[in-house]
Amino acid sequence: MSTLDLNTFQELKDATGADYIAELIDAFLDDAPNLFTQMNSARMTGDAETFRRAAHSLKSNAATFGAMELSALAKELEGMARENNLEIGTRLEVMQDAYRRVESQLRALK
Amino acid sequence: MAVSIEPARLLVVDDNKVNRMVLSRSLEQQGHFVETAENGREGLEKIRTQTFDLVLLDIEMPEMDGFQVLEACLNDFGLRQIPIIMTSAMEELDAVVKCVELGAEDYLTKPVNPILLRARVNASLEKKRLRDEQRKLFRTFATKEVAEELLRTGFSLGGKHVNATVMFADIRSFTTIAESQDPSDTIELLNGYFGLMFDAINNHGGTVNQMVGDGLMAVFGAPMFQEDHCERAVRAGLEMLEQLKVFNEQQSAQNRMRIHIGIGIASGEMIAGYTGTQSRATYTCIGDTVNLAARIENHTKTALRPLLIDMHTREGLSDAYQLESLGEVLFKGKQQPIHIFAVSK
Repeated sequence: MSTLDLNTFQELKDATGADYIAELIDAFLDDAPNLFTQMNSARMTGDAETFRRAAHSLKSNAATFGAMELSALAKELEGMARENNLEIGTRLEVMQDAYRRVESQLRALK
Repeated sequence: MAVSIEPARLLVVDDNKVNRMVLSRSLEQQGHFVETAENGREGLEKIRTQTFDLVLLDIEMPEMDGFQVLEACLNDFGLRQIPIIMTSAMEELDAVVKCVELGAEDYLTKPVNPILLRARVNASLEKKRLRDEQRKLFRTFATKEVAEELLRTGFSLGGKHVNATVMFADIRSFTTIAESQDPSDTIELLNGYFGLMFDAINNHGGTVNQMVGDGLMAVFGAPMFQEDHCERAVRAGLEMLEQLKVFNEQQSAQNRMRIHIGIGIASGEMIAGYTGTQSRATYTCIGDTVNLAARIENHTKTALRPLLIDMHTREGLSDAYQLESLGEVLFKGKQQPIHIFAVSK
């Protein structure tokens, strides 16, 4: 089963030009680990605002590529952080797993 | 396929790199030229220093958010006409509504659907093109300030009290001039003269709202309020006299008649607004201050000074001007004598 909505992915490819998609994927995959680092340390220090911003970016980027599950997980965390709630249980780990699946599929599509 | 549209210069302001790349690349694929900025501050700087037909503006950004950029643009006379499309996440719809109420042209939710992107961008560009045409047409018949005010607030008859400065200017012995030369020379003379005077007035933020024969009336501080309306009017008056010197030198060089003018300026409260009918109206000011300015202009003939102002205008000036008190003058129709000053530089 695909972790990406391939219609969204194809639309993105059509809109930006087929030769550009690799560059876009790289921009996303280069940035995502930083976002996870930011969320992990913000969770330690209780910095809900930094956490929220990172989750917001991940949500937005995931949706751009059609990674709907990842985007939904990020959106949930963004919402919790907005309410200053960093009692997120294992959600960050679950999201990291989802990201790994997205990452490998995107690398294959480059 | 959507209607093809002229390539435009667009600015994409977004702190998210992927968003910037997707938006700018998609718009380039649609034939436009795209510039990007990574935050609100950088975006506003580019809007101020470069020329754009349209801006796509993210709401949540560090350094200066989309609201602040939008407000800065809407409050700037020169930037107000650039359409701004807000781009935001679905959950930020409340914020988007606020932006549209403030004056944003439209909005797009991210991730941006490419078909909607094309449609909204093209619609905004088309609307801007029509507004630019309308503005050009307005400007031919009204002044820039009045045209902007009309475009911004819509047209309605009726006035309001404003504190402003009114100027009247007239050519001395114009009838004699007109009688002594060919009618086409007279029109040419008037057009050349008015062109220079309009520029001088516009340069200082004034609005010429009436031209009758060889005379004109201008207002400073309305319809757009200007704190320093007294000073602006006097500076415009001095520039008009300077321009006239140049004009007269050209006239002499071509063996044509030199002209002399009188300028009268008065400041204070007046009623300003659009008078007329729904099909033909003009922005004008009425009230004692306006009558006084006309009387003062007429008094330049007796006073033998080209630029006269009243006490209220005098009070609004800095020390930078050379003033000569001409004492109090009792004008026709006035109960109280008015203290008059001549300005020479």
